[in-house]
Amino acid sequence: MSEVVLIRTGTANLASVAAAFHRAGCGVRVTTSADDAATAARLVLPGVGAFGAVAEVIDTLGLRAPLADRIRAGRPTLAICLGLQLLAGGSEESPGAAGLGVIGATATALADGVRRPQLGWNRVAAGAGCRLLSDGSAYFANSFKLDAVPDGWHGALTDHGGEFVAAVERGAVLACQFHPELSGAWGQSLVERWLAAAGEAV
Amino acid sequence: MLLPRIIPCLDVKDGRVVKGVRFQGLRDAGDPVELASAYAEQGADELVILDVSATPEGRGHALDVVRAVRAVLPLPLTVGGGVRVVADAEALLSAGADKIATNTAAVARPQLLDELAGRFGCQCTVLALDAASNGNGWQVVVRSGRDRTGRDALAWAAEAVTRGAGEILLTSWDRDGTGAGYDLELLAAMRRAVPVPIIASGGAAGPKHMAEALQAGADAVLAATIFHDGHTTVADLKAELAGLGVEVRR
Repeated sequence: MSEVVLIRTGTANLASVAAAFHRAGCGVRVTTSADDAATAARLVLPGVGAFGAVAEVIDTLGLRAPLADRIRAGRPTLAICLGLQLLAGGSEESPGAAGLGVIGATATALADGVRRPQLGWNRVAAGAGCRLLSDGSAYFANSFKLDAVPDGWHGALTDHGGEFVAAVERGAVLACQFHPELSGAWGQSLVERWLAAAGEAV
Repeated sequence: MLLPRIIPCLDVKDGRVVKGVRFQGLRDAGDPVELASAYAEQGADELVILDVSATPEGRGHALDVVRAVRAVLPLPLTVGGGVRVVADAEALLSAGADKIATNTAAVARPQLLDELAGRFGCQCTVLALDAASNGNGWQVVVRSGRDRTGRDALAWAAEAVTRGAGEILLTSWDRDGTGAGYDLELLAAMRRAVPVPIIASGGAAGPKHMAEALQAGADAVLAATIFHDGHTTVADLKAELAGLGVEVRR
């Protein structure tokens, strides 16, 4: 049976993420180890919490270099919600805190005048070239966002007070602003496509 | 665009789903895992589990229920009932909840909201607010409706949001279980009082009531009786909502 390794950076909804992988017939191991982050065949970086607090946990655990290195090298990695924003260099949520810097961008706040946090289902439109992402509806829980699909990545967009990034993919690296584990059958099939792509890349 | 959520609610007591009228006269309404699976298949957008057990043994069952439901549920799961301290919330999150609702305990000790939001984020912190009309406004009722606090419901919601509540699960005590429709005046007043998402609860008998609540400012509509009793399925209800011009996830 294949296995994914989940990074515990604090109080993310790990049980929900683990359940999605169990439903896909996959084993789950939870870790805080930098060695695991470097060597895991399939790694999941769930993210719930504040940008600065989780960035600090990543540094404390020594995860910064292994995470950034494996994403740059295209090793199978799934980042969820705050996990996507952590790929950026920083965030308006926590000025001064450094993200992994894999994507040259800063996460910004949702527009004034829209419901914040965005809690609910929104349309996702996959751009040309996406292999894993497809059009659908996904469950979001966010107050911050990335504004544009970075060069070298394919991506999907959504709209809540303006367009922003729903998810990006590059090979077997997938980073979602929404929660695939909570996005019904559509989200479950995305998880399974990522597992398949990860299997090819391992 | 952000789509409205249709949310079945499971009131769970000692591991079984129950339902009453105005929080009283509870009767058995089924197995939580069977109902959760069915609602997910039918296209529910989220699930709420409220533990209404009165004893510590019942609370233990609630954790088992959350675990079992999480195993089959690919949807957001909000759990409330008996959350008094951060450790209670942590246990529920570890069992598979995504959001935590607090009601009576937050009224008794509002600092609980700051603690939950500080630890788990405002997107995880839901204020469950039971409101009863008092003629010229609404007051907060607690302890499953047994106690009227005299506290203004709108002022309490606004305070809760400043403390970190990221969503309001707003139940009309007057309408709960009656099928008389949501309290639209309460919803409209709450919409003006807070900027966060509002889940309307209490009184739904069908899609027309839900469309009205969404029009009045709700972001999501919660119902229990109409689903448990087999009056309608989530899929049928969404089809009828679409017919009323409400864009829903299907």
